[in-house]
Amino acid sequence: MAKNDLLGASLWDAYSNKVTTLMNNPNHQGEITEQEAAEHGNRLIVADFGAESCGDAVRLYWEVDPKTDIIVNSKFKSFGCGTAIASSDIMTELCIGKTVKEAVKITNIDVEFALRDSPEIPAVPPQKMHCSVMAYDVIKKAAGLYLGVDSESFEDEIIVCECARVSLKTLQEVIKLNDLTTIEQITDYTKAGGFCKSCIKPGGHEKREYYLVDILRDTRREMDEEKMKAAADAGSKGNFESMTLVQQIKAIDAQIDESIRQFLIMDGGDMEVIDVKSSDDYIDVYIRYLGACNGCASSATGTLYAIESTLKEKLSKKIRVLPI
Amino acid sequence: MKVYLDNNATTMVDPLVVEVMAPFFSEIYGNPNSLHKFGTESHPALSKAIDQVYKALNASDNDDIVFTSCATESNNWVLKSIFADYIVSGDKNHIITTEVEHPSILATCRALEKEGVKVTYLPVNSEGVVEPHVVKSFITDKTALVSVMWASNETGMIFPIKEIGEICKEKGVLFHSDGVQAIGKIPVDLQAVHVDFVSMSAHKFHGPKGVGALYIKNSQPLSPLLHGGAHMGGRRSGTLNVPYIVAMGKAIELATTNIEEKMASIRAKRDTLEDSLLELSDTFVVGNRNNRTPNTILISIRGVEGEGMLWDLNNGQIGASTGSACASEDLQANTVMLAIGADSELAHTGIRLSLSRFTTDSEIDYTIAHFKKAVARLRAISSSFAKVGPTPGGESKACELHH
Repeated sequence: MAKNDLLGASLWDAYSNKVTTLMNNPNHQGEITEQEAAEHGNRLIVADFGAESCGDAVRLYWEVDPKTDIIVNSKFKSFGCGTAIASSDIMTELCIGKTVKEAVKITNIDVEFALRDSPEIPAVPPQKMHCSVMAYDVIKKAAGLYLGVDSESFEDEIIVCECARVSLKTLQEVIKLNDLTTIEQITDYTKAGGFCKSCIKPGGHEKREYYLVDILRDTRREMDEEKMKAAADAGSKGNFESMTLVQQIKAIDAQIDESIRQFLIMDGGDMEVIDVKSSDDYIDVYIRYLGACNGCASSATGTLYAIESTLKEKLSKKIRVLPI
Repeated sequence: MKVYLDNNATTMVDPLVVEVMAPFFSEIYGNPNSLHKFGTESHPALSKAIDQVYKALNASDNDDIVFTSCATESNNWVLKSIFADYIVSGDKNHIITTEVEHPSILATCRALEKEGVKVTYLPVNSEGVVEPHVVKSFITDKTALVSVMWASNETGMIFPIKEIGEICKEKGVLFHSDGVQAIGKIPVDLQAVHVDFVSMSAHKFHGPKGVGALYIKNSQPLSPLLHGGAHMGGRRSGTLNVPYIVAMGKAIELATTNIEEKMASIRAKRDTLEDSLLELSDTFVVGNRNNRTPNTILISIRGVEGEGMLWDLNNGQIGASTGSACASEDLQANTVMLAIGADSELAHTGIRLSLSRFTTDSEIDYTIAHFKKAVARLRAISSSFAKVGPTPGGESKACELHH
């Protein structure tokens, strides 16, 4: 929220002239019949995507030359708002003249780009970016029908944000690489979640399989686990200084159990590790004597020296032991 | 021709209203709380405005009608202060409202839910209204407040406020009604019905934006929402918005004087428009029009998406509205259409046309012609009316996830 958000967007004013023109006069609105296609020796493919109950529906018609797989004609029908109609219209235009396999490469980004008046200015405001996604979906469906394959087979990655076409893999990589912690950062880095916002969290415009909030949480968890694992690996290789605090305390305890505690107990005493503080020059291990050790003359001299030298030898030369 | 048919959203300020408010900007500008003449010279006009509002609503002199900044403030005030007075410092924990209230009720209730209040959102019937026995069945001894709108902004349907008021009185539960869509459109007599609190807004009856009021029966206790210099008898602090209060008084007087006559005139135009639009196939209007505010039509046009229709109407210089998909930034389906149990396919096809006393016959004729043209054009594009069906395997009946 800031100055520019104080007034609600005037959605329609942000449309490109092309969107406005095509909404008012779509060039390829209409139908192709079986008979027409047959007369030309072509194959008719008709695919639907969306439904009236969702607020958006499109029907795409392709007349495909079976010898070349080229889409020689294309039309559409649409139940939707201005951008849905304009997107559908430009979609058919992009399909015409392409082979089915070429057409399947048309994405919603291409559709939106083709609606721009100038290359730098988006054709529609962010909330409307989503309308062109339908065009992309219905093309894949038509291509699947023509080629006799599942339309999902055209997609080799999981797209989380359709408006900006950002994949799950990209999101995970960007979060890890840049150590991102908020959704706003993800949007800044990838544009994901910056348009219709459906992919941010449940409860948006439409239901999604993946949400940014979950991806962020899971990726952060994975990062933490990786960090722990790296630290644990470092610990098992004896690199005491790069261990986490908890690992350091555990390692100290292990050393004390192995070579010190038994002697203290024999004299009716014991000790515990209170804290470990690391600086550039020293690793200070704070301990407390228990039982008979507490107040024993040797606890500040001989015993202390024995503990410190054991830990220095086994763990790190930087260790100093400080009884409190 | 330009035709404004979005009068449930806001109205034109009546030029007569502009006239009465004009002196209170640069001529009579003192603070009414000041002791000097600059301040007190606004008092006669303010008193007159208060009288005009009390008279228009037939409020008793024992009642309070406190001017606020808008109905959103009035609605927030009632809900938040009932929460403070009867739930935080009391033994109640429950508020009853409806699924179809204005966002200033629904969003406030959701905020109160986060504070631990139990809120019941009552459903509406196929006519779009809440039935009194439904309200009754949800009242418990923990219920602090029932809040039901007087008339719906979306459908214009008038709610059974008298009956619900009786139930609340009998049960000893406070009753609030958001009267924004009723006041100035239909007769509202606050001595003929039992309502504890009523919210209203001037800009819905040809007054300016930025002024509203809350009616409080018998001047009963309700903690202030705005604390400060104890204006309006300590009920609502903030320097009195003199020109706007004066304007609200004039506006409500103009709207309610000979209201039956005004209603008849608006109703006649509305019915002409409605009858003509219903000549189109596959259309329906929500709610029996005899029980609607006389200016409102919510019409569903199968196969025509609401925002697409608004676009075409806008191209013809007609301003209307829709609560359906794509129209607003939150891209929701029309909740009222869903609440009345309309086929989910139609939840995105609602168009609301709301007239005013300034709507003319020729505007209605123009709208009818343009509306029909727009429906014809959009149905020609609509997939819902396509003849060639999808290739086997290419069908899509439900909402699909994009892949």
